[in-house]
Amino acid sequence: MITARNMVKKFGHFIANDHLTFQVRKGEIFGFLGANGAGKTTAMRILCGLSAPTSGEISVAGYNVYRQKEKIKRSIGYMSQKFSLYEDLTVRENFRFYGGIYGLPRKRIRERTAYLLEKLNFSHAIDKKIAQIPLGWKQKLAFSIAIIHSPRIVFLDEPTSGVDPITRRQFWEMIYETASREVTVFVTTHYMDEAEYCNRVSIMDQGRIEALDTPARLKEKYQAANMNQVFVQIAR
Amino acid sequence: MAAVTVDHISKHYGSTAALRQASFEVDPGELFGLIGPDGAGKTTLFRILTTLLIPDQGQVRVRGYDPVGEYRKLRRLIGYMPGDFSLYGDLTVEENLDFFATIFDTTIEANYHLIRDIYQQIEPFKRRLAKNLSGGMQQKLALSCALIHKPEVLILDEPTTGVDAVSRKEFWDMLLKLKQQGITILVSTPYMDEAGLCDRVALIQQGQLMKMDAPARIIEAFPKKLWIAKADHPYRLLLDLREWSDLAAVYPFGDSMHLTAHSDDLDETRLKQFLRERNHTSVEVARANPTIEDCFMDLMNQ
Amino acid sequence: MKRFFGFVRKEFIHIFRDKRTLLILFGMPIAQILIFGYVVTNEIKEARIAIYDKSKDAVTHEITDKLLSSDYFRLAKTIEDEQQIEATFEKGDVKEVIVFESDFDEKLHHEQSAQVQILLDATDANMANLLQSYTSGIINDYSRHIKVSSGNMPAIKPKPRMLFNNELKGVYMFVPGTMALILMLVTAMMTSISITREKEMGTMEVLLVSPLKSVQIIAGKVMPYVALAFLNGVAILALGYLVFDMPVHGNVVLLLGETLLYIIMALSLGIFISTVSPTQQVAMFISMFALMLPTMLLSGFIFPIENMPWPLQWLSTIIPAKYFIILIKHIMIKGTGFVFVWKETLVLLGMTAIFIGLSIKNFKIRLE
Repeated sequence: MITARNMVKKFGHFIANDHLTFQVRKGEIFGFLGANGAGKTTAMRILCGLSAPTSGEISVAGYNVYRQKEKIKRSIGYMSQKFSLYEDLTVRENFRFYGGIYGLPRKRIRERTAYLLEKLNFSHAIDKKIAQIPLGWKQKLAFSIAIIHSPRIVFLDEPTSGVDPITRRQFWEMIYETASREVTVFVTTHYMDEAEYCNRVSIMDQGRIEALDTPARLKEKYQAANMNQVFVQIAR
Repeated sequence: MAAVTVDHISKHYGSTAALRQASFEVDPGELFGLIGPDGAGKTTLFRILTTLLIPDQGQVRVRGYDPVGEYRKLRRLIGYMPGDFSLYGDLTVEENLDFFATIFDTTIEANYHLIRDIYQQIEPFKRRLAKNLSGGMQQKLALSCALIHKPEVLILDEPTTGVDAVSRKEFWDMLLKLKQQGITILVSTPYMDEAGLCDRVALIQQGQLMKMDAPARIIEAFPKKLWIAKADHPYRLLLDLREWSDLAAVYPFGDSMHLTAHSDDLDETRLKQFLRERNHTSVEVARANPTIEDCFMDLMNQ
Repeated sequence: MKRFFGFVRKEFIHIFRDKRTLLILFGMPIAQILIFGYVVTNEIKEARIAIYDKSKDAVTHEITDKLLSSDYFRLAKTIEDEQQIEATFEKGDVKEVIVFESDFDEKLHHEQSAQVQILLDATDANMANLLQSYTSGIINDYSRHIKVSSGNMPAIKPKPRMLFNNELKGVYMFVPGTMALILMLVTAMMTSISITREKEMGTMEVLLVSPLKSVQIIAGKVMPYVALAFLNGVAILALGYLVFDMPVHGNVVLLLGETLLYIIMALSLGIFISTVSPTQQVAMFISMFALMLPTMLLSGFIFPIENMPWPLQWLSTIIPAKYFIILIKHIMIKGTGFVFVWKETLVLLGMTAIFIGLSIKNFKIRLE
């Protein structure tokens, strides 16, 4: 689904991404970890078609990041901690707006909205303004909206930051559920226990990928009890 | 005398309650953690303590002063680091520190010993603009700025949010050192795993303090037996366990599931048998000690 | 005091490191002056005029020749009867119509005096004024010339008449107007933005928790802008005086004093805006719509207040810039002293007091 070979991004003399090579498979939950300033955001922006790499062969959902940015944008969903729904619009209006952005027909938007809210058990609040909805629910709604156009890949940038522990787990269940329908999930997080929910994780440090494997194998390799210890060993 | 006394304070914003009848005390020299998710009321509580907000109800004392009536005296005694660090991005590291020293009528030199351990880590970059620092370094600079006037009480609002695991660990090491210098520290965090580093913690959710105690005692007080289950396909494992009516709660924790049952008679054999019936492979089942996070979720469900 | 200066120093750093602020502070006044300077150009080249010669004798021909050979004017039309004049102006073909009365030569030599009427389109007041003075200049020159050669004292009397804007509001307005506008923007907008910026960044929280008093915070934030705005004011006055020949007939100290008063008024307004705006955007928005547009449109800077419908006239009485412009014009052009401007000074003082009062009432020593 995502293939990056020797992906490089330079800002002047600063190398933000230093020859990143990785692949993400269809339906995989791929954890993208790294210290602050390690180059995660830069890489994610390139993969979302928001910025052009300096060099490297990169394709996302089968499209080339240099030439087919628009096609990439149509095939992916994106949600970040900062990605906010419009507070003064209702749930329904937010769905309609984002559905409209991706050019979904009215009928399809209605169906998807009903389906996604049903799954969240949130259908009763469809006409509530976002401003009146608790934070945890907002994050779950934001995720639903990120997948309203049935993207093949969804990028999640610290989606659970500051969310209570129960909602955080419900959020991950949504991720599992999404991945079980062959949607690829590419996720960053600062919660190291969440890294363990991923099929595979990569850990970046100073622009390079220092480790890439399943959480179990990484723990074995670094002889660590949990991912936190693995991370601290690599990023130190 | 307690360093901080909070007695039944409530605070509303319009019709939403940010704090409901919160009460606690912090002893001098204690490292006190306020643990809860965003929107739980942590920032509101800290803003009341730092004289920035007036509670609707209740009494507050910080070092014996009332943040409402005696805010002027109190403002000299506290060091405050608001969320998202609040530095001047267009000032250099050194200019920021110098500015905060000046407005408290002191100099970097006078209190350098207080911040030396922390500031030395960012001193090589002292001519760099604060906005060009990494999250971890900004956090260290913000802490230095909050410490430069030698406060008696240090109040840190989510100092580790959005900061990577390594910087977080370093930050907590610094707090433990400061504690040794006798400074009373109140710190809030949404990361449950940081609770264990505090002397005492308060678990807060939707404006309510659910529990307050030493972390070890909160864990001891967990009312149920906790089990851990592991198998090859965690998502299927979760869905299957959810269907089992004997279980009260099933939560994913890293690579395994944490389970609690309605009654105490759940045992290893029954668990394993259930999972075998559902064709799970590489099944591992064990009793485990709860974490603060387990306690938090249990309290949330009450 | 050391605390306070530390604060002011920090504020200067903010200003000098932010290119946008610098541009507004120093680029805008220069740009404004240049733009107005260009509009209010002192040069006339081939202005289109029409001539209505009722006399058609040797003298009128000679004067016409003199006018047209000067490069300043170009004959666009010859008018043959009274009715055409208005139509010509309305079409916008010409800027000026010169009317020689009938029997011009006769009257000049027998009655020693003849009239030339100079009709001007004064919608562009400055242009009209210039055309008028050039035309009169050439005619007077001619008049002197025949005086010398013939020995007696005939006089050609140019009678200028401004159409459409007969009092010529607008001339000399641009320096006081620009000054009123720029000082208002620099001080009110920049201070309100710089205070709300601290709110937005969260640093205001830290400042509030420090032992700084709110007066110190505010004074520290506005101090640099007082200095910079004053510098701006002086620069505008100097440009007006040196480049555009704006006269300064009155007392310079009084002029600078009133400028300072206006700056302080604008500052207190800026502080007031910052106390009611939660974000920079709101502050910017309020400044734009509540300050900049009224200052431009209702202060008499661009449109004469006397020609406005009464609701707008009434509204203009609460526009501080109006009083400042009156003050400046009195002092600079008419050269009047304080005795004649104390009312306006009092109004500005009163406004300052009101805004400071409101700001103190609104400035929170806490959040929310």
